[in-house]
Amino acid sequence: MDTFEKHPDLPPPVSEVGVIGWLRKNLFSSPSNSVMTIAALYLLYLAIPPVIKWAFIDADWVGNTRAACTSGGACWVFVGARFEQFMFGFYPQAEHWRVLLTWGIFAGLIGLLIAPRIPGKIWIGSFTLFVFPFIAYNLFHGGVFGLPVVTTSQWGGLMLTLILSTVGIVCALPLGILLALGRRSKMPILKSVCVSYIELWRGVPLITVLFMASVMLPLFLPQGVDFNKLLRALVGIALFQGAYVAEVVRGGLQAIPKGQFEAASSLGLSYAKSMVLIVLPQALKMVIPGLVVTFIELFKDTTLVSIISLLDLLGIVQAGLTDPKWLGMTVEGYVFAGLFYWAFCFGISRYSLHLERRFETGHKR
Amino acid sequence: MSDQTNQSLAPSKPRPWKNPRVHGWVAQITLLLGVVLFFAYIFHNTQVNMQAHGISTGFSFLSQPAGFGIIQSLIPYTPASTYGRTFLVGLLNTVMISVLGIFFATIVGLIIGLARLSHNWLIAKLAAIYIETFRNIPLLLQVFFWYFAVVETMPSPRQSLHIGDVIFLNIRGVYLPEPVFGPGSGFILGALILAIIAVIFIKRWAHNRQMRTGQQFHTVWVSLGILILLPLLTFFAVGAPLTWSLPKLQGFNFTGGLAVIPELTALVIALTIYTASSIAEIVRSGILSVSHGQTEAASSLGLKRGHVMRLVVLPQALRVIIPPLTSQYLNLTKNSSLATAIGYPDLVNVFAGTTLNQTGQAVVIIAMTMGVYLSISLLISLFMNWYNHRKRLIER
Repeated sequence: MDTFEKHPDLPPPVSEVGVIGWLRKNLFSSPSNSVMTIAALYLLYLAIPPVIKWAFIDADWVGNTRAACTSGGACWVFVGARFEQFMFGFYPQAEHWRVLLTWGIFAGLIGLLIAPRIPGKIWIGSFTLFVFPFIAYNLFHGGVFGLPVVTTSQWGGLMLTLILSTVGIVCALPLGILLALGRRSKMPILKSVCVSYIELWRGVPLITVLFMASVMLPLFLPQGVDFNKLLRALVGIALFQGAYVAEVVRGGLQAIPKGQFEAASSLGLSYAKSMVLIVLPQALKMVIPGLVVTFIELFKDTTLVSIISLLDLLGIVQAGLTDPKWLGMTVEGYVFAGLFYWAFCFGISRYSLHLERRFETGHKR
Repeated sequence: MSDQTNQSLAPSKPRPWKNPRVHGWVAQITLLLGVVLFFAYIFHNTQVNMQAHGISTGFSFLSQPAGFGIIQSLIPYTPASTYGRTFLVGLLNTVMISVLGIFFATIVGLIIGLARLSHNWLIAKLAAIYIETFRNIPLLLQVFFWYFAVVETMPSPRQSLHIGDVIFLNIRGVYLPEPVFGPGSGFILGALILAIIAVIFIKRWAHNRQMRTGQQFHTVWVSLGILILLPLLTFFAVGAPLTWSLPKLQGFNFTGGLAVIPELTALVIALTIYTASSIAEIVRSGILSVSHGQTEAASSLGLKRGHVMRLVVLPQALRVIIPPLTSQYLNLTKNSSLATAIGYPDLVNVFAGTTLNQTGQAVVIIAMTMGVYLSISLLISLFMNWYNHRKRLIER
């Protein structure tokens, strides 16, 4: 009597697994897909080799002057020769260590703040918010402890971009939170003031706000009072960004269930306490990704200050391109600036995705 | 006795200075006073400052001659025209660039968004790279790149790049053939309008009939036929009154044809590419937001693939897509003000730039410029609210 004998499983057909299977499934699953794949490959073939040839193979890397660029590819010598200016603007070279030191401290503080499981974050945070700005200003500007004074008109490049975006977001956050609370309030006058503020700033382009800050602010102040261009731009950016932050925070406030507000008041907490202790911690945690997106937008928008002739990273690259000694370096300059902005924005947005996953603690039902 | 108990049980009325409602009103009135005082203070300072600089405020400057030329205007404009006309020219240019940008950005964004969802790995990855690249580079940098690194490095008019003998591309801009409509063109336009009205009626009739009897009607094909055939027949009936004006090289420059100035080209390309990357993400998230169960349910009802998309997925996806899409359109309109950085004569450039410098009327001019953008965004938010209300999910 034959006994049933199980044959070993046959391996799957070679066309369904491995590289070939993957190719068939993902690139050539249907005639139209095959056509698209081949067209895309052809386009890549047209685009990529010349770019690589231009940027790497034919490029000139070493030298100090334009004469070093002979091979017809990209002239990275231009970027190399002007690198310090792109980073620090017209900040005196002997004082660069002050800028580096300040950003070093800042990076350290931020690192401590975002690292998980470090005790005393509240103290680090307060230090960063309330003490560090004074240290930073004194280091940048000088005039104390025998540091030579460097006026704000000499600040520029990446340094200025970072100052504009960090100061902008730090000033905009409290303003935005207050506006969001005001917009959610039941008091009619308060609410309408906040709503008009938010809608007014969100309805106009940043350029007009910057124009306003640079042209109209001096008119608004009493005669004789004047402050410098950088501060004017900062005021404009903070007021503008506050409205955007307010809308993001409002989204978080709306997502907090009514029970939380009611529970807070039934415990006898005052409005301020219930907001600070119960509602805002939950709301702000929820809107961190949104706030990061606002920050990225702000970071990109700081480029507009070059229109009111502040030399941020893009402004100083643009100014360098008009130097008669380096005419025709436009593509190199823009590619360099573009890579910098891209790396910053992409890095921050990836970090925000990571935060989103870390904070996902069950508000989704 | 019982009276007394009731009285003690009733909540005691708080004293006015301890009543939270009174607190609220006091705070609000203080706020209002503060705002009013703040504006009064600013107003006073402005008046004093303007008097010190010898600037008289008001709208009277709008009727003075401007005295400067504008490289592109949709309405007749000469340096002898008034500042009021300058404002109008700038406004129309802003509107034109926004409309062009919105049109192209929607098309490119839709294509990239759908490509990102493609089952083809290569296409999906390329779309992802496109989105991540252009979303993370400041728009101003992109505008500069297209203007200074691409458009400005085009060859001179004599060495123009060209497609056949009709389209020319050089440093002065893009030259396209321009249609010139002869007498009788009005009839074609009339025919087109008639065709559109007819299509609307046919659609309504077909819908009603389907609701009543269940019979379907080939609305799409019939409509297309009417839309194309009716104007085409009229076109030939009135004797084909259309000629093309071709650009021709004369001396150092081109004459004839439709010239698109390089600033416009660079700006439209940059706005399109930048905004399309955001629109693509919106389209993708909208389509992904429709749960797979909906598609399966539709297929199990026996709907064809096209119908599943058109009747089930798209209407639900649009509810998610339209609100952020309108705010992208709004962003594009506001971003069109970057035109001023490369000298395209939009509202900010000719009005808040040149006119302000010439007249010194900072307050009025900035207020008018902001007012324009503000009205556009308020109009769009009104539309948004109306749309959201119309398309809101009506649940049980």
